[in-house]
Amino acid sequence: MNISLSVNGERTQIDVEPRRTLADALREDCGLTGTHLGCEHGVCGACTVLVDGEPARACLMFAVQADGSSVTTVEGLEGTDGELHPLQEAFVAHHGLQCGFCTPGMLISALHLLDTEPDADRDKIREELSGNICRCTGYQGIVDAVQAAQGALAEPVTTPEASDE
Amino acid sequence: MKCAPFDYVRAGSVEEVVKVLGEADGDGKILAGGQSLVPVLALRMARPSVLVDVNRIPGLARIRPVDGAVEVGALTRHSRLVEQTHHPLLAEAARWIGHTAIRSRGTTGGSIAHADPSAELPVVAAGVDATVTIAGPSGERTVAAEELFLGALLTSLDDGDMIVRVRFPLPTRWGFAEFARRHGDFALVTAVVAEIAGSLRITLGGVAAVPQRARAAEQIVADGGSAKDAARATADEIDPTADLHGSAPFRRAIAGEMVRRALAQVGIE
Ligand SMILES: Cc1cc2nc3c(=O)[nH]c(=O)nc-3n(C[C@H](O)[C@H](O)[C@H](O)COP(=O)(O)OP(=O)(O)OC[C@H]3O[C@@H](n4cnc5c(N)ncnc54)[C@H](O)[C@@H]3O)c2cc1C
Ligand code: FES
Ligand code: FES
Repeated sequence: MNISLSVNGERTQIDVEPRRTLADALREDCGLTGTHLGCEHGVCGACTVLVDGEPARACLMFAVQADGSSVTTVEGLEGTDGELHPLQEAFVAHHGLQCGFCTPGMLISALHLLDTEPDADRDKIREELSGNICRCTGYQGIVDAVQAAQGALAEPVTTPEASDE
Repeated sequence: MKCAPFDYVRAGSVEEVVKVLGEADGDGKILAGGQSLVPVLALRMARPSVLVDVNRIPGLARIRPVDGAVEVGALTRHSRLVEQTHHPLLAEAARWIGHTAIRSRGTTGGSIAHADPSAELPVVAAGVDATVTIAGPSGERTVAAEELFLGALLTSLDDGDMIVRVRFPLPTRWGFAEFARRHGDFALVTAVVAEIAGSLRITLGGVAAVPQRARAAEQIVADGGSAKDAARATADEIDPTADLHGSAPFRRAIAGEMVRRALAQVGIE
């Protein structure tokens, strides 16, 4: 099936089998390998992306279902000049990652949280990230990083494509 | 961990869903939020030949207060249930479902049809005596939620049926308590207390294959007994099975405690 979607603000047309998940389509057909696949059945959160502004497991959606939607992946976080997003900067500064496998999903989940609840407290941040599994960091650094990013983002975060439109 | 091939139909109406399911003759499946179905497909525990995507059918995601109840369209996402204020018990229960990325996709119709013994919405549906409206080959019919649930992941829905909406009566008083190992995990035990048409119903999730009324506990409360006695009666009257997540005595104890907490919310100590 031919589908058209906007990925990080860029119109993309791809031809996919119905059983192709959105995660596989992003990785294999769009060449965006930032979206990671851990469990492929919804439990680890590594594949989390925004679909029309709402977080979704890209392994639990078929690409054909995203026809006409706009998708934000971790690649959409950096600025047009290649500058890291304040959240990414904070993850670097506060040891929010070790191997980096869970990081794209963590970043997208945190981005959505700070977008909808800029003043979320530590407990809320933990609750929100509880759907994303990390096997390295012990989570402390991740929560520290999200809190630090809150400070850096005095202005509410908007997703890159929302500001493009 | 990849699904087997299937034909994909993006349905534009409920009639089309019923027609396509009929033609598939038992080998078709409705795809709603996909939060339960897609894992099942990925693990190849099911290989339907046709998936009927209902996500773009207009008008199926409405939340509408009607006299003494709230009607919830089958495609209503869990996240919308959390936000709505017409039915506070539903909002509270939906908050406990999985994580944000699950709630943004998962639907009321999908949760009821999937009939997971640990899921929140089936317990609330049974707890408030909800009715489920189903479209099928011979038109629409409405059944009580309690009659819909036959066993774990098993309902009285036929292959060609689609849930279109659920009518949740508004309790005059309610309490909700849940115990899970980690935030966002499926519940070990859920307790719903709801006063419907003057009588207090106590319903449990996670202790049997289907939502279960704690009738002995209800009787104790009706007779003016304490929440502590009701909790003890609950622990005695249920017959939970042990698994990796908890032994039977542990589940009995937790169920009693959840009933005590839910009763406390309606002022019964
Ligand atoms: C990591 C994770 C954690 C979760 N945690 C919880 C939790 O804590 N509590 C909880 O309750 N749930 C939880 N869920 C499941 C989630 O709530 C699902 O959304 C829900 O069980 C199914 O709804 P769905 O819309 O996604 O249905 P789908 O997955 O699309 O479908 C499920 C089944 O119902 C059928 N179906 C769907 N819609 C209809 C309809 N309208 N009429 C007839 N049949 C229909 C499908 O054919 C399929 O057989 C979790 C899921 C994941 C992946
Ligand atoms: S890969 Fe999608 S949730 Fe694990
Ligand atoms: S940094 Fe390795 S899994 Fe999180």
